[in-house]
Amino acid sequence: MSDQDVSEVTVTVNGTEIEAQPGEMLIAAADRAGVHIPRFCYHERMSPVGMCRMCLVDVDTGRGPMLQPSCMVPVSEGMVVDTESEDTKRAQEGILEFLLVNHPLDCPVCDKGGECPLQDQTLAYGPGESRFVEEKRHYEKPIPISDLVHLDRERCILCDRCTRFADEIAGDPLIHFTERGNSTQVLTFPDEPFSSYFSGNTVQICPVGALTAAPYRFKARPWDLEENESTCTTCSMGCRIAIQSSRNELVRYLGVDVESVNHGWLCDKGRFNFEAVNSDERLTSPYVRDPDNQRQLIGTDWGSALASSAEAIRRAGPQGVGIIGGSRLTNEDAYAWSKFARSVIGTDNIDAQLGDGLPAELVLGLPPATIADACEADTVLVIGPDLKEELAILHLRLRGAATKGRTQVVQIGAAATGSEPYAQRSIRCQSGEAAKTLSELLSSDDPLAKQLRDGSVVTVLGRSSVAESADPAVAAASVIRAELPHATFLPALRRGNVRGALDMGLAPGFLPGRTRIDNPSAMITQKWTHIPKEQGLGTTEMLQAAVAGQIETLILLGADPLSDFPDRNLAAEAIQKAKAVIAIDNFVTSSVAQADIVLPATAYGEQSGTTTNIEGRISRVTQKITPPGSTRDDWMIATELAWRLGGDLELSSKEDIWREIEQVAPSHAGVTLERVLSHETFEGILVQQSSIDLTLLAPRDTPVADGYGLRLISGRKLWDAATTTAHSPSLRHLAESPSIKVHSNDLQRLGISSGTEVRVISTRATENLTVVADDKVQRGTAVLPFNQPGGSANRFIDATAVINDIRIETL
Amino acid sequence: MTFFTDENLVIAEEIIGRYPKPRSAMIPLLHLAQEQEGWVTDEAMTQIGELVGTTSAEVLGTCSFYEMFKRHPVGKYVINICTTMSCALMGAGDLMQHAESRLGVKSGSTTADGLFTLEGAECQAACTEAPCLQVNYRHQYRVTADQFDELLEELVSPDHGVPDHGVLSQIRQHIPEDRSVGAVPPEEVTIAPVWLSEDGETQ
Repeated sequence: MSDQDVSEVTVTVNGTEIEAQPGEMLIAAADRAGVHIPRFCYHERMSPVGMCRMCLVDVDTGRGPMLQPSCMVPVSEGMVVDTESEDTKRAQEGILEFLLVNHPLDCPVCDKGGECPLQDQTLAYGPGESRFVEEKRHYEKPIPISDLVHLDRERCILCDRCTRFADEIAGDPLIHFTERGNSTQVLTFPDEPFSSYFSGNTVQICPVGALTAAPYRFKARPWDLEENESTCTTCSMGCRIAIQSSRNELVRYLGVDVESVNHGWLCDKGRFNFEAVNSDERLTSPYVRDPDNQRQLIGTDWGSALASSAEAIRRAGPQGVGIIGGSRLTNEDAYAWSKFARSVIGTDNIDAQLGDGLPAELVLGLPPATIADACEADTVLVIGPDLKEELAILHLRLRGAATKGRTQVVQIGAAATGSEPYAQRSIRCQSGEAAKTLSELLSSDDPLAKQLRDGSVVTVLGRSSVAESADPAVAAASVIRAELPHATFLPALRRGNVRGALDMGLAPGFLPGRTRIDNPSAMITQKWTHIPKEQGLGTTEMLQAAVAGQIETLILLGADPLSDFPDRNLAAEAIQKAKAVIAIDNFVTSSVAQADIVLPATAYGEQSGTTTNIEGRISRVTQKITPPGSTRDDWMIATELAWRLGGDLELSSKEDIWREIEQVAPSHAGVTLERVLSHETFEGILVQQSSIDLTLLAPRDTPVADGYGLRLISGRKLWDAATTTAHSPSLRHLAESPSIKVHSNDLQRLGISSGTEVRVISTRATENLTVVADDKVQRGTAVLPFNQPGGSANRFIDATAVINDIRIETL
Repeated sequence: MTFFTDENLVIAEEIIGRYPKPRSAMIPLLHLAQEQEGWVTDEAMTQIGELVGTTSAEVLGTCSFYEMFKRHPVGKYVINICTTMSCALMGAGDLMQHAESRLGVKSGSTTADGLFTLEGAECQAACTEAPCLQVNYRHQYRVTADQFDELLEELVSPDHGVPDHGVLSQIRQHIPEDRSVGAVPPEEVTIAPVWLSEDGETQ
């Protein structure tokens, strides 16, 4: 190599000169130039291994042509490549003959048949005949290697994709090549299943039918599938997916590779929860409370359900209505509800977050960062939930960046997280005291303080425990704003389109387009007939007001406060005291079961529109199947109710709504319907401008622990009692049974042995639970996951307290 | 999960301490496990995974790659008869047949008393001494049927000098402090051994 500029190298591929990046592998350069080289093991998101030899091509670097694996050969100046030479063809035929020696060729009964790279490339490049007449290798036909993935070792061609993914990308090397030579096979350790949160990706990248997913096995043939590109709304990452249906039923989601978000990967929750959409337990028609038997819901028609809903809203008056939820909705639906609440009902009591998120002004007003920013920042400061559990693909992206040395992850929190294996530093603090710990760190002579002050910093900010209020997160944001003014923020909010809902004004005091209610845009005053003057109530205040009798009618917009609001007792009392509860949902959740009027909404895959991820990136969700029964889109329900209340939203289609959003929302100006419908939404349209001038209220101080109690830490798990998980037969059993985890020294101090049932006492409830010793739990704290089936932490939590302490006693 | 005896656990920690990365100690620890039990149990692999900071599946992957790590119980003495070319020409087939009838087991099995495991093996790099075999990886050269019988008799008598299967050597390796690299960060490991001074002379 000379010292001249080598920003690009020129390679001749099949007689055509192409430009390539130095260090780039030949196969990737050829791909970009439109020359397809067959391959099995090579995957552009994983490091090359040269396992399968299928990508052998004739490469001449001045010493004459010779066969080299193009996935392992970096391009060099003047390289001459022939991917169609006689030698290359002979090599391809030979490799395929070898790979098929032990392959069972059971394509007619194989799920992969029809979309199988081995099948396709055998047809395109194979010899057509085999000289192998001996007996093939035999193994037990599919063995489950986890609850979701089955492995057929006879079909495996040992390409190392799944094992590489498990080790390199997911960080869960629970599958590995075992034995050697002719006996080499992929296996788990006996009785240690491949229980990775990302196991479904191995099925997608398997180039043969060796790995199949339990929810899809024998459900469809690839040529029967119809496909639409969409965005996953299981969490707020906004991973791009392809939703596939057969005979009007969702059968599979595949990850789509977009640079900005998910790199093609999905978590198993997002990949497999399509089963819920197909569930027989879906709400398909409206229900109202039986006047003769108050404990029962009876079916009714839309006309009367809407009429009684409108009556309940009118009776309560603007200040007596509260709307909780909305993060399940598309942006368009959220806008319609935002307009309906303000312009028709006349209330500002509307909140998409269920008291477990961050103040809307933090989300909308803090200097924004993208996921890519985080992956390239000198330091990513995580003060928030366990990302592996709550935003699994963000965890995957950060893990990838950190293991490649592109960024350093530093986390401050009270509990052990899934990020610890790749974090540069995991600083343990008392629950609720991250801000204090950070200030102490920044004023110390720790080299980390200098790293944070001098380098770029992206903060992933969220609630590290549902058992603490938002105050500690606000306090942390204040410290970062004051001490690290260059830091940008990525809010660690969890629910589907929560960011879009906040952007559309589903938060008290905010209007569409990241504006405050006291500073509406000119267009909005023109389009909306009424805008409340006073800031309304958030979810916690609404529930308190319902208990106090000030709110008569509660509208649950795809929300289940009994399961998701941190304080079950407050939610239960509010739902009971409210004169009317109107629930708009897909399923009879525990809150919906208490409602007076139930309106069935369309679910994911049955509606189209846009969604916004935590970065503020807008992408499309598309309809693939016909909604069941008489379910309706959420925006239609808002327009119908508006009519019955004597108003008119003047919205008649989703396209209509987007046009209005683009006009009235200052942040979305210029994001025209044409752009939204264009291919630009593949990577997503990033909307980052905000006119919110941030004035952080002084957070409440965290009380000091009293020495008797244990500070309760309650985080969410990927597998929990979430509605879609609970209605997906393949997923519902994956959540662990609830037990409270305490450090063994604390248990010893209390004279309690691990595994016994104890009495757990908080200011809210006294109940019995099994206690388990776990030395990963910090002393003085107790960890109880949120919303697990069979008992959630929300019974013990007081939502008005900054932190919650519990006591544990022997029975 | 505890597999290693307290005594071996001390040795295991010492072995791990010799390497910049704990994972590098995986194979020495598998040997230690085989020495303790005569074969590598699942419990051993799980504990090794915990000790070196990886999953049991990765330990299994490494362990199962090498034929000399046994994942099933084997006899106190493992007899490997070479069956590759030179030995085959010099009568390894007859020797194997004799061994099978003498021990009463097929190649690849263990005698009922748990004393002997008979295996066919690939070339043992002693072609001039064919046919050859190994007892717990100790060579025996130009073995005749009679010599094989004598060997068995010797092995059941005391003081024959062949340690049980799994024992690598009777003298445990000890690396003096000044020659130990220890757990330094991998990027700080220099190519030259630490005991070499800058001019390449040993200290």
